[in-house]
Amino acid sequence: MAERTPEKLVIVGNGMAPGRMLEELFEKAPGRYQVTIFNAEPRVNYDRIMLSPVLSGEKDYEEIIIHGDGWYIKHGITLYKGHKIVAIDRAAKTVTSDHGVTESYDKLVIATGSVPFILPVPGKDLRGVITYRDLDDVQAMLLAAQSREKAIVIGGGLLGLEAAAGLAQRGMDVTVLHVMPTLMERQLDPAAGYLLQKAVEERGIKVITKANTKRVVGEEKVEGIELEDGRIIPATLVVMAVGIRPNAGLAKDAGLAINRGIVVDAGMQTSDGDIMALGECAEVGGMVYGLVAPLYEMARVAASHLAGDRKAAFVHSDTPTKLKVTGINLYSVGDFADGDGREEIVLRDATAGIYKRLVLQQNRIIGSVLYGDTADGAWFNDLLKRGTDISEMRDTLIFGQAYQGGAPLDPTAAVAALPDDAEICGCNGVCKGKIVTTITSKGLTSLDEVRAHTKASASCGSCTGLVEQLMSLTLGESYNPAAVQPMCNCTELGHDDVRRLIKAKGLKTIPAVMQELEWKTSCGCAKCRPALNYYLVCDWPDEYADDYQSRFINERVHANIQKDGTYSVVPRMWGGVTNSQELRAIADVVDKFNVPLVKVTGGQRIDLLGIEKEDLPSVWADLGKAGFVSGQAYAKGLRTVKTCVGSDWCRFGTQDSTGLGIRIEKFMWGSWTPAKLKMAVSGCPRNCAEATCKDIGVVCVDSGFEIHFAGAAGLDIKGTEILGLVKTEDEALEHIVALTQMYREQARYLERIYKWAKRIGLDEIRRQIMDDAEKRKGYYDRFVFSQKFAQVDPWSERVSGKDKHEFRPMATVGFNQAAE
Amino acid sequence: MNWIAIGDISDIPLRGARCVKTPIGKVAVFRTAENEVFAIEDHCPHKGGPLSQGIVHGTAVTCPLHNWVISLETGKALGADEGAVRTIPVRNDNGALSIALENLTLAAAE
Repeated sequence: MAERTPEKLVIVGNGMAPGRMLEELFEKAPGRYQVTIFNAEPRVNYDRIMLSPVLSGEKDYEEIIIHGDGWYIKHGITLYKGHKIVAIDRAAKTVTSDHGVTESYDKLVIATGSVPFILPVPGKDLRGVITYRDLDDVQAMLLAAQSREKAIVIGGGLLGLEAAAGLAQRGMDVTVLHVMPTLMERQLDPAAGYLLQKAVEERGIKVITKANTKRVVGEEKVEGIELEDGRIIPATLVVMAVGIRPNAGLAKDAGLAINRGIVVDAGMQTSDGDIMALGECAEVGGMVYGLVAPLYEMARVAASHLAGDRKAAFVHSDTPTKLKVTGINLYSVGDFADGDGREEIVLRDATAGIYKRLVLQQNRIIGSVLYGDTADGAWFNDLLKRGTDISEMRDTLIFGQAYQGGAPLDPTAAVAALPDDAEICGCNGVCKGKIVTTITSKGLTSLDEVRAHTKASASCGSCTGLVEQLMSLTLGESYNPAAVQPMCNCTELGHDDVRRLIKAKGLKTIPAVMQELEWKTSCGCAKCRPALNYYLVCDWPDEYADDYQSRFINERVHANIQKDGTYSVVPRMWGGVTNSQELRAIADVVDKFNVPLVKVTGGQRIDLLGIEKEDLPSVWADLGKAGFVSGQAYAKGLRTVKTCVGSDWCRFGTQDSTGLGIRIEKFMWGSWTPAKLKMAVSGCPRNCAEATCKDIGVVCVDSGFEIHFAGAAGLDIKGTEILGLVKTEDEALEHIVALTQMYREQARYLERIYKWAKRIGLDEIRRQIMDDAEKRKGYYDRFVFSQKFAQVDPWSERVSGKDKHEFRPMATVGFNQAAE
Repeated sequence: MNWIAIGDISDIPLRGARCVKTPIGKVAVFRTAENEVFAIEDHCPHKGGPLSQGIVHGTAVTCPLHNWVISLETGKALGADEGAVRTIPVRNDNGALSIALENLTLAAAE
């Protein structure tokens, strides 16, 4: 087939809907379009549903990016960041941005989303009054939250409550003003709204219902809100979350048909045959949408049309609502208003905080509200969608699927019983059959892989449990959901959750972690304490006071315990280079302390074995005088950087590998890492320093430095993966440091870099470290900051008297005393 | 009982241990997070690891060599492991600590 010139597709807006549309389009018709995107926000496409977890601190912005810069490059997309389109010329078929860029199009897609509704009250423009819509708003809120003062959120809907919970978690004193008598009245009935209000108040958030805002009080900056009844509530931050409306101004100016939103047909076509619209700005069948599932459905339809399939059509369906506030479970779908011919089934359990209500019409579920226990939400929704006649099981319906037909109370039974076309992931419209067949045909074994291949649970994540149950069902015993493996017997939480919650809740001591995360033991165990100590050291380098009783003996006394209770001592030899003066000092120590064994290590340095604990400070004192510092050969931290002699000596050497190795070691020594970290730098691909089986390695080549990582040569043997090639030594150092910091921040304690890399994906690491300069810089800076507190030689500290009790017996009891 | 003074409770870090050298070998003296004091032989029943160097949690210590967990109250290995070390009577008079050695046989004499 002859190649045809790509048509020009221009997209206005870079949110989740057009992002998804492009993914589908590139799959259906690769190469058909040359794509240009104008994004009014100065960034790439991110998961807007996850803004609340960013606000509460449970996720970072980086974690919610859907398409990194690399994705745009890979698909040849021109992305104008921070360009707002100000005019569409339909006759000339061009668009023009506020920065004066004009692009012509064959097909134009408008995806301008929505704008937050601002209450038209006096004072609405004061400083400190913001909306909750995009990352800039979140950043504004985070900035304001630093003051830990009072905040008001106007609007007790989904978004408002998430904002309130996030701000409260950040330490602000939050009041929610809601105009209706109960919270989230569009999604919840009053009973569930009441339970929700109680749960919100338990989080220290005040709720005022039936609150009509009269005006925003303040001179230049907001000082509070005055209600219609005269009450004044003080605040330094006001977040308006009272609703959104489609952003259709641009389309209107261009003369397209507008109603509430941009009017499109079921194929997403506007009144102009070459212009489509989708997302929150579009109005289809008289409806506008704000939840992600129907927007993704629009994306699928639009992509089909762009790929030439004219039959695809958007069909309305009810979308379940879930609240993303940790610890509050609620689920609602469909129509649950009272009415003639409607019946309801209600289950209440006040002590357990559970409320379930099903609304029936002609023996079919038309709505459901679940609070507290939402496990059966998917099943009820499935019955609703299918219009299943429930009269047979009516008596037990409310108890959920597990109670039907005498089925056993196996947690997976409910999922097993779902039909293949039952929807599991509402956000991405993925059904059970698709997940099961993908797991089988692609041989998937981990949740991350299932997310990557099917997108199920990849957006809001609330169906993760269901997806995992499906994996258990499909894979049987072989599926071991690593995510739920608890850290140890002291907690039900896994390492990842503990790490996340330490950050999210700002926990800065081990007792605080144990208290807040409800540890089951009073002071932990030998598994969790060292892990927690590491996480806290890593996350709060300047604030956390190292708990040395939570470190293994080796890290407590800075030497390696041997089987007979003596210790081994390994001084640092930068890059494996030494000299006569150093060797002489070592020889003197060997003689003076009768060191039984002197041995050269695999990491190019010298090990002194069999030293009595009481002698350690004196040994260190002598070594210190010769300029030696601790080699940290005992640490879950940076060990050695092994080198070859490189271009200074070797006839094959391409770069100064010794010099680079020393530079890396001097830059990174003292840093604590989840597990030991060994490195090497080889001066040419002959690789004499064996860099390709290290945690991180560098292989120098003529054109620069090839950075390797995730090798292993211990319990497992594994060659490294290539991170990428950089041109200069400076860049090599920056990339290695950033990679190390990413590993430090994300890995589980005692997880070597190759295991971590396998778990989170090599591509993801390359994307963050190689392709995303901003991210790389962030990691680099955080490492450098933490080094300010880490680069203290532990040996000289102890020579000066620190922890002296460690190296002396408490008492010596003589024979006479004992025998008396 | 013949009590031998060994020092003050503040000589031992919280959730830590110190050694007392005696003619019958080392004794490990522990101080828990709750300020209780225990003394046991500093010799893991498994491979002789120095228990005084382990991590102290609750009223147990984890041996630094192979992670056996030993009860400070009974001297017995906890969990699936089997074995025990001797416990040594210890007295705490307002922080002044003493141990009693007379009940021990001198089998371990150096």
